[in-house]
Amino acid sequence: MATAVKDNRAPRANKTGRAVVLFLKVSAFLGPALIILGALLVYPIIFTGVRSTFDASGNNFVGLANYEQIFTQPRTLIAVRNNLIWVLVVPPIITALGLIFAVLSNRLPWRSAFRMAIFMPLVVSGLAAGVTFRFLFAASPEVGTANAMVRSVAHIFQPPGEYPTARASREAPLEALEGGGFQSTISVTAGDTIYLGLVGVQANALPQEAQAALAPAATPGSVAGVVWLDFSPGGTVGEIDPAERGMPNVPVRLMSDDQVVARTLTDESGRFSFDVQSGAQHRVQLAASAFRAPHPGIAWLGPTFITIAIMIGYIWMQTGFAVVIIGAGLSSLDRELQEAARTDGATELQVFRHVTVPVLMPILMVVLVTTVINVLKIFDLVYIIAPESMQPYANVLALEMWRASFGGARDFGLGSALAMLLLIMIIPAMLFNIRNFRRSG
Amino acid sequence: MRNVFRVVLAALLIGGAVQAQQAWPDLSGQSVRVAGVWSGDEQANFTAVLNEFATLTGATVEFFSTGNDIATVVGTQLEGGSPPDIALLPQPGLLVEFANRGALVNIEDSVGDLVDEYYAQAWRDLGSVNGDLYGVWFKAANKSLLWYNADILAAAGVEAPTTWDEFVVAAQTVYDSGVTPISVAGGDGWTLTDWFENVHLRSAGADMYDQLTNHQISWTDDSVKEALGYLAQIWQHDWLANGLQGTLEAGFPVGTVQPFLDNPTAAFAYGADFSAGVIAADTNAELGTTARFVAFPSVAGSGPAVVGGGDVAVQFTDNEAATQLMRFLATPAAAEVWAALGGYTSPNQGVDVSVYPDEVLQQSATALQQAEVFRFDMSDLQPAAFGGTSGQGMWGLLVEFLQSHDVDGIAFQLESEASAAFQ
Repeated sequence: MATAVKDNRAPRANKTGRAVVLFLKVSAFLGPALIILGALLVYPIIFTGVRSTFDASGNNFVGLANYEQIFTQPRTLIAVRNNLIWVLVVPPIITALGLIFAVLSNRLPWRSAFRMAIFMPLVVSGLAAGVTFRFLFAASPEVGTANAMVRSVAHIFQPPGEYPTARASREAPLEALEGGGFQSTISVTAGDTIYLGLVGVQANALPQEAQAALAPAATPGSVAGVVWLDFSPGGTVGEIDPAERGMPNVPVRLMSDDQVVARTLTDESGRFSFDVQSGAQHRVQLAASAFRAPHPGIAWLGPTFITIAIMIGYIWMQTGFAVVIIGAGLSSLDRELQEAARTDGATELQVFRHVTVPVLMPILMVVLVTTVINVLKIFDLVYIIAPESMQPYANVLALEMWRASFGGARDFGLGSALAMLLLIMIIPAMLFNIRNFRRSG
Repeated sequence: MRNVFRVVLAALLIGGAVQAQQAWPDLSGQSVRVAGVWSGDEQANFTAVLNEFATLTGATVEFFSTGNDIATVVGTQLEGGSPPDIALLPQPGLLVEFANRGALVNIEDSVGDLVDEYYAQAWRDLGSVNGDLYGVWFKAANKSLLWYNADILAAAGVEAPTTWDEFVVAAQTVYDSGVTPISVAGGDGWTLTDWFENVHLRSAGADMYDQLTNHQISWTDDSVKEALGYLAQIWQHDWLANGLQGTLEAGFPVGTVQPFLDNPTAAFAYGADFSAGVIAADTNAELGTTARFVAFPSVAGSGPAVVGGGDVAVQFTDNEAATQLMRFLATPAAAEVWAALGGYTSPNQGVDVSVYPDEVLQQSATALQQAEVFRFDMSDLQPAAFGGTSGQGMWGLLVEFLQSHDVDGIAFQLESEASAAFQ
């Protein structure tokens, strides 16, 4: 300005006039933006800062008590901890995946189609994606795709038994074995019979060939027994009631001092028998394979894995953003450097490590820092994917801010303090990005 | 159309009956303004009740819905000097608050006789502050029901339980029959508080329940631990439909319908009278045949007790038309208009139970009328930070209790959060 005034040797009155016009011009252009920024950004930030030093009712000044609460209350501490985990884990993964996909797709003739496919999840609303992942990770394999996959793979190695829910009835002389299956609590010898009643299986879930259970008959040279579903309405536990059927195909083992001496399967009436030498004492085992439960799947939405499940959803959504930005950087890259390196005999991996990545570094940093900012304010996916009962475990600052303010307790003091904390955490990342833009601009 | 027909029918039937019983003064030219939280169907049905009054007296009655935040809306109007003549408040706490502000008309002399005639003492007490009668309970919800799948119980050969011990045995028997017995909506903290409240009201008695509600006894009290112990008996992880993790993911609708799906995963579900709507909408199970309920089992010989909610009519302005409408709302005739339309139960003992359109409502209304003890949902009477916020207070800690069954630890944490919230 000063030089402009010196150069311009116009009369004084004229000079004042011009200054006024200039001021009006500047006001006309900047004014609306400043007013909007002031009303919607600056004023709320200041107000939130002030509000964070008052209690829930807003009537009493409490100083920094709300901030103290954030760092002493377990609930908010978990939110702070989870936010830190998010910032440390998610942005590097997204940036790395973005880099890999961008570089790999760079040479594809149909790379636009590929990048569009990866970019697509970003267009989906967080709510819709959250609902989808909530179903995907549901515990029940009938609903949750993830657990259905886990279960079908697990079943290749360990198929479930025919009677997964069966338990010994309270009268049965059986004890559950470690690792599944049952063993008789009494010893049997030649001429003995043994009644092994099981419960916990729905009658209509028995195999079709199952027949009415029959009392076992032992000869002087054998041990005989029956395995049957010892449950019928009004039936007596421990006795074979008329409506009760045998459990076929249960593998039975005859044991002698922890050694298997004979094996057999129960017949359609649940009966089995072993030829034994007289005098020898034996125990009977029902093998675990018949009672193995279906693989329970993974408690994706349980206390342990909930944050990981949400992160997977978030990475799925946000990787497209990284691919597009890094891909754009890659396209504008000077190819000669890479070609020169290849001519010098560098392998593709070396080119990637020593040429591509260093040249792309500024763009990688922008992606990383932008993702950090986005991750810090994560709210929607956490709120939707985590069942209400799991939200305390999945808590993050933005969610806790909302819950404290609007979730019933209506503590706007604590909510404002959480908002300020979030702002303070975001500022360094913001400054970095601004400096970066300036430099490149 | 069906509703309109029902209204007309009900109006004709009941109109005749009321005129025979009671002569209403001619209030032509006078008007009454009524506020309530209802909207949609509920508003239409309540308007039918008001129209009945208008027909009987010639008064003009206008209803306006305040939305859920009735305390704010009515409170603001009160400060502006133009409160509604009558409001239906969804919480006894609001009645106490307005009465203490001196905003309510004492209806002891004007409506007291009808309340004595038609209501149990519990409801008179709930409508009174310091012995003065201010409110008439017009609508009630019964949150003390145990829903069950009658087919599964029949297949296991057990009867619907009436006591806690029978409940535990029935659950074990159903479990032996190969079905996980209990469906708990562990995804929603408030359903767990309802379980707790029903058990505590029965095992500790109404006095202790009231003291706990007002935090006059501590949450580490033996009565709390005893109630938690009972819950741990039923909330055995092996007994829960879809296991513990499935339970933690089940919200109220899922938890309610699990016993009534085509492939049911449970036999019992805790519920309320409004569970019927969820079951009818989301399952093929027939209400009253497959999907049935009994009163929440009695614990240690406790008498019939109901935990629930309701709406109380209070009067803000002392004029003839408003007073007559308050009297009208206390009569069975008023309640029967809505009762015939469905979606409603009345605590009024004069209401003929056969007026309710289906068996479920008849049974639930009978339980309400016969309850020796009625108590409001405890969590609704707590500071919101303790009784109404997900993930903390009663909601959050009972979710933890469902997982850990740690009676002493949870009682201790409940006490520490309660004392913070009551400060």
